[in-house]
Amino acid sequence: MILCRVKGNVVATNKHPCFASHKIMIVQPVDENGDDLGASFLACDSVQAGPGDTVLVAREGNAARQVLGTWDDPFHAVIMGIVDRVSVESR
Amino acid sequence: MQLARVIGTVVCTVKDPSLVGVKILMIQPLGDDLKPVGDPIAACDVVQAGPGSLVHWTSARESSMALPIPFAPVDAAITGIVDDVDVEDVGILEKEKIFGGGT
Repeated sequence: MILCRVKGNVVATNKHPCFASHKIMIVQPVDENGDDLGASFLACDSVQAGPGDTVLVAREGNAARQVLGTWDDPFHAVIMGIVDRVSVESR
Repeated sequence: MQLARVIGTVVCTVKDPSLVGVKILMIQPLGDDLKPVGDPIAACDVVQAGPGSLVHWTSARESSMALPIPFAPVDAAITGIVDDVDVEDVGILEKEKIFGGGT
């Protein structure tokens, strides 16, 4: 699981049927201080996150399918939480 | 899952039986600014994309789940044709509150 910030969303009409009821968001990984880390990617949303939200993302297919309630659909990344607070002890 | 631009097609006459009837396209992965990221790859297509299409695709085990035969030996599949990419880069809302204190 990684921390990300939501950067936007992607709209597609012609798509695999499993994406019909799931929003696809652009997420940018961030570190424990909230600074950008690496390249952005796409993730399905399960918690109604919006631009600017800090979110918890699983970049693994089995977790994504479990959260989205399916077992045979091509989900690879999912947003499964909106982060309220991050505390790191040794800075 | 990532964005990509379709840049060409791949034709294979001899291939694994599970890939018969499945179109294979060359795609260039893109970042959210639609600039190329990394090298082009071959990906299976289930949404009838064509050269020039902006698409989203998935890698790894999940990609074969998009195909008619879900155990096909595939590691990239195009899962949708993108109409619009909305980037609203507002940074992190309430960054101080979320990442601010150590305790």
